[in-house]
Amino acid sequence: MLEVNGLTCGYVGRFQLEGINLKVREGEFIGIIGPNGSGKTTLLRAITGLLKAREGNVLFDGKDISGISPRQTAKNIAVVSQNPPPEDMNVEDYVLLGRLPHYRRFQLLEDREDLEIAHRCMEATDTLKFRDRLLGEVSSGERQLVSIARALAQEPRALLLDEPTSHLDITHQVTILDLIYRLKKKLNLTVIVVLHDLNLAGEYCERLALLDNGRLEVVGDPAEVLTYQRIEKVYRTVVVVRANPVSGRPCVFLVPGKEKREGTG
Amino acid sequence: MRKKIFYHILWIAALSGLLAGVAIFSLAIGSSGVSFRKLVPVLLEGRLTPEYSIIFDIRLPRIILAFAVGGSLSIAGVMLQGMFRNPLVEPYTLGISGGAALGVSAALILGLGRSMSVLSFPLSGMLGALAVMAAVYFLSLRKGMLKMQGLLLTGVMISFISSSLIMLVMAVSRVEDMHGIIFWIMGSLEEPNTALIKIAALTSLTAFFISYGFSVRLNALALGEDEAKTLGVNVEGTKKALFIMASLLTGLSVSIAGIIGFVGLVVPHFMRMVVGRDHRILLPASFLSGAAFLIFCDTLARTIAPPMELPVGVITGILGGMLFVYALNRKANIAEKGSC
Repeated sequence: MLEVNGLTCGYVGRFQLEGINLKVREGEFIGIIGPNGSGKTTLLRAITGLLKAREGNVLFDGKDISGISPRQTAKNIAVVSQNPPPEDMNVEDYVLLGRLPHYRRFQLLEDREDLEIAHRCMEATDTLKFRDRLLGEVSSGERQLVSIARALAQEPRALLLDEPTSHLDITHQVTILDLIYRLKKKLNLTVIVVLHDLNLAGEYCERLALLDNGRLEVVGDPAEVLTYQRIEKVYRTVVVVRANPVSGRPCVFLVPGKEKREGTG
Repeated sequence: MRKKIFYHILWIAALSGLLAGVAIFSLAIGSSGVSFRKLVPVLLEGRLTPEYSIIFDIRLPRIILAFAVGGSLSIAGVMLQGMFRNPLVEPYTLGISGGAALGVSAALILGLGRSMSVLSFPLSGMLGALAVMAAVYFLSLRKGMLKMQGLLLTGVMISFISSSLIMLVMAVSRVEDMHGIIFWIMGSLEEPNTALIKIAALTSLTAFFISYGFSVRLNALALGEDEAKTLGVNVEGTKKALFIMASLLTGLSVSIAGIIGFVGLVVPHFMRMVVGRDHRILLPASFLSGAAFLIFCDTLARTIAPPMELPVGVITGILGGMLFVYALNRKANIAEKGSC
């Protein structure tokens, strides 16, 4: 459904993505991982057409995304970015902004259907109870849930999330990724998520794309990508990879400097 | 949804009432002594009395002009603040007022007002405003995308440059021209030409209705430009349209009434505290209250120290500034109490 072909974009001489190839199937849950500054967010921006490709292209359903109107793209793809929303905005008004791509010409006020969909999305994310509060009055975990509700209100086919779990406690990390996983199953959403935490990525994603300095190092299922050789190469950090005793998924353990001298092998 | 419409209508009705009240108050007060109680009899007696002429030929045009200028500057402020996501932005801080003033000063010096039609001042004002906006826009556009922070800094610099140029124009001009410029810059809503007043009123109302069509897109822009784009908003096009509209409104206002500061800054800010940040109510609320505010200030300006008339810019500056400081302090106090 989403195809990135030989994509090169960014700023010449400064940071750029080079020759990215990635195919995302409909209903897939794919994670983008990589060190800070490796181009994860840039890749998300390119997929939504915010960043123009200098070479190559991004296809959505076989059509070049730069040729699709922003409005149509907004109906196809919803983005939960890292930028904090305005604190003095009402939660319900914020979620209703997600209905914007579906507004008719000259429609200025949400209609009954928009309101119903917004409420359904808030119910699905368990945020309906504070719809009358301001965004500055809810916790950062709740704000993230509200952002997901807004994205869902766009009724997209693909959901892109940029580090949805950063700065959150483990309760909210699991809540949010569980929610995304449930939504994906229920709505057959295609999910592309940038994650910092390798273990969360390995746990939830069906496939992982590992970026290294603007290039795609490898794409594959978590067991294939999260090996200590690959991680040590890309992150330049010594790690040990073992299987999670419950899920059997790969789990990355850090090796602190003080342990290295004794030589754990 | 119904609750929201009700809320909007309630505010619009209340502010329209306020506007009507201020306008009637302004009609009935003045140095010539047509008092409040006489207003109704004068209206009933008809056009031949001198009182009727004072009310309809002197006071009413002034009220209409104050309505147009106050409304124009306020919605220009709302548009710019919405786009920049910065409450300190207004036509004045972006250099648009300065550009308009420079355009009019140039026209005054070149004697365009004497040789050409009355439209030469508004046109040169709008031209100056648009020139500044275009300069600011293209200077920051060169780096690719139109980034708001760069735009703001460029605007402040251009504002400095144009006020220096106005001083240069004054320094090299003849004494009577200089008096004209100073008098006009201080700001006055005394305008003998009724055609200009009609143009100002019509332009401000038209611009208000057009800007209202952008209200939802302004709401989306509050999330950030990338976010607005991912919601399907044509961000560059919206910004261009709003810029041009704000420039035209400012240029027209400045060329007719001089530099009237603070209205474009204080009114939107105050209204945001009162009605909230949703542009669907913020725009009409700012238009109505900005119009009422300027009518009130102008009434004060012409009645506070008769027979002298103060420049209306002085009143808006003092009154608006004090209101603003008071509101900010109150907000800070509430925030402190809330955090305890």
